[in-house]
Amino acid sequence: MNPLSIIVVEQDRDRALRIVDGIMASGDHAVTVISEPTGLARRTAELQPDIVLIDVADPSRDVLEELALASGPLERPVAMFVDRSDEQLTRAAIEAGVSAYVVNGLQPERIKPILDAAIARFHMVQKMRAELAATKAALEDRKIIDRAKAILMKARGIDEEAAYALLRKTAMDQNRRMADIAQQLVMAAGLLT
Amino acid sequence: MSLTPLRLGYVPLTDAAPLIVAAELGFAAEEGLSLDLIRLQSWAQSRDSLGMGGIDAAHMLVPLPIAQGLGLGPAYPRFDLVMVLSVGGQAICVSAALAGAMRDHGHGFGFGDPVAARQALAAVVPGALRVGVPFPFSTQAELVRRWLAGSDLDRRLSIRTVPPPLMADALATGEVDAFCVGEPWASYAVERGLGALVLAGRSIWASPPEKGLVLTRDFAEGRPEETGRLMRAVWRACRWLDVAENRATAAEILSRPDYLNLPPELSERGLMDRLHLSAQGEVRQYPGFIRFHQGAANFPWRSLAALFARRIARLHGLDEGAAMGAGMACFRTDLYRQHLRAAGADLPGASARVEGAMAHPTAVASEKGEIILGSDAFFDGETFEPPFVGR
Repeated sequence: MNPLSIIVVEQDRDRALRIVDGIMASGDHAVTVISEPTGLARRTAELQPDIVLIDVADPSRDVLEELALASGPLERPVAMFVDRSDEQLTRAAIEAGVSAYVVNGLQPERIKPILDAAIARFHMVQKMRAELAATKAALEDRKIIDRAKAILMKARGIDEEAAYALLRKTAMDQNRRMADIAQQLVMAAGLLT
Repeated sequence: MSLTPLRLGYVPLTDAAPLIVAAELGFAAEEGLSLDLIRLQSWAQSRDSLGMGGIDAAHMLVPLPIAQGLGLGPAYPRFDLVMVLSVGGQAICVSAALAGAMRDHGHGFGFGDPVAARQALAAVVPGALRVGVPFPFSTQAELVRRWLAGSDLDRRLSIRTVPPPLMADALATGEVDAFCVGEPWASYAVERGLGALVLAGRSIWASPPEKGLVLTRDFAEGRPEETGRLMRAVWRACRWLDVAENRATAAEILSRPDYLNLPPELSERGLMDRLHLSAQGEVRQYPGFIRFHQGAANFPWRSLAALFARRIARLHGLDEGAAMGAGMACFRTDLYRQHLRAAGADLPGASARVEGAMAHPTAVASEKGEIILGSDAFFDGETFEPPFVGR
């Protein structure tokens, strides 16, 4: 089978690499990453891809819509969204956050493994992003609570444990997150000094 | 009272104001709705979100549901446009280099004369003219085609799709020579010194419908109660937006980081009818630059659907008659009458009209007596008579 020419539009380099790895694992394809929105139309026309993969929420998608409409039914690249024949695959792709512009006439059995790989990778990247965000937030909370504790220890002459207990009690009494109470305390202390 | 949640998609533009105002100023709550506004990055995403059920309703380009109805998009359930959200609000911007050349050529930048602007542009554009529009199916594409039709620039015109927030960058990198876009993205390019405004959309077509409230037909017909409540909330927000003294407040709300995330001074220009043509600060007053309500702006005239459908059919080699029929079927004048009569909307006697026939605001028969329709003339004097439709 001839290798397929696939374009991945993705600005985040790490993310792009993961997606490319996933696609390559599904077969020997020629994958090109485009990371800049400028010139997308020109480069896509030059490369004549069989499939373009792009984040559902990427603003550049509308440029690909134009390409999809501009070319006649038997020309290339007649990118026409995800294959109309497989609605389930379309749904899975869009839910995973990937939209695929597929050249009309490409055999469904050739599209499916690539899309499956792309869907899995997009899923994974999304999960990792969510985890990273949660870890970052937890670290931020940690830092602000430490600062609030230090302020309380100094101002009231109490030890660390007592400062922590005081913060926790206040948060519980007010039905708020400890990090929020700490944030307010740090801000108020900043205003008073 | 618990509120019924609805998810609404919008693309960051001044004309998303009706949905944002409905959510922020309590018009939705008044109808027992809580609106979850979801900012979308592209029109393709808006279409896919609505088609896949990710959102319940969308702020959408008026021609987009028509194109879907003609099969020019992914296979999704039918979309219906239940009311128009805005008329006008578009501006045409040319690159700073072209603007300089036009000025040297003696163009006065009156902002209201399509023929003078076209002639000046033709004199200074050496070869092809690449014009950016937000989507292949957009009022902007219609305006640009109409503006240049039959002129020397027509043969040299190449229309390119560029997402609104990226328009200024496309001008900066030389991907396009000019563009037509909804505010505040034209003013954004002007502010960055990248281009100058040459025309308002309304100078080409006095009543160009720009965005509509679009739902799937399944939702609009299957959940009439929520559809009606949503339409009334948004209709009242539109009415509020057309009270002149509310416009500054609207600009403030729209500009918040959650919505447009731009300085209020930018979105204020279009909303307050005071456009800055260039970074040098030439200001033009353009009364009624964008309308949300006045002149029966919200009524989804089926003739408008036919007009866009005919254009799309010609460009894509489809049968014109069938296309006009399919287009008109997705402009739901019936739902408009059914759901907005109770809110006090005055309803015109007809559901279609001859487009482009009114050079001045004109009174026509309505349920309550008469309503004043805004002028709707095309600068080229064309009129468009739709195929016959009943009420």
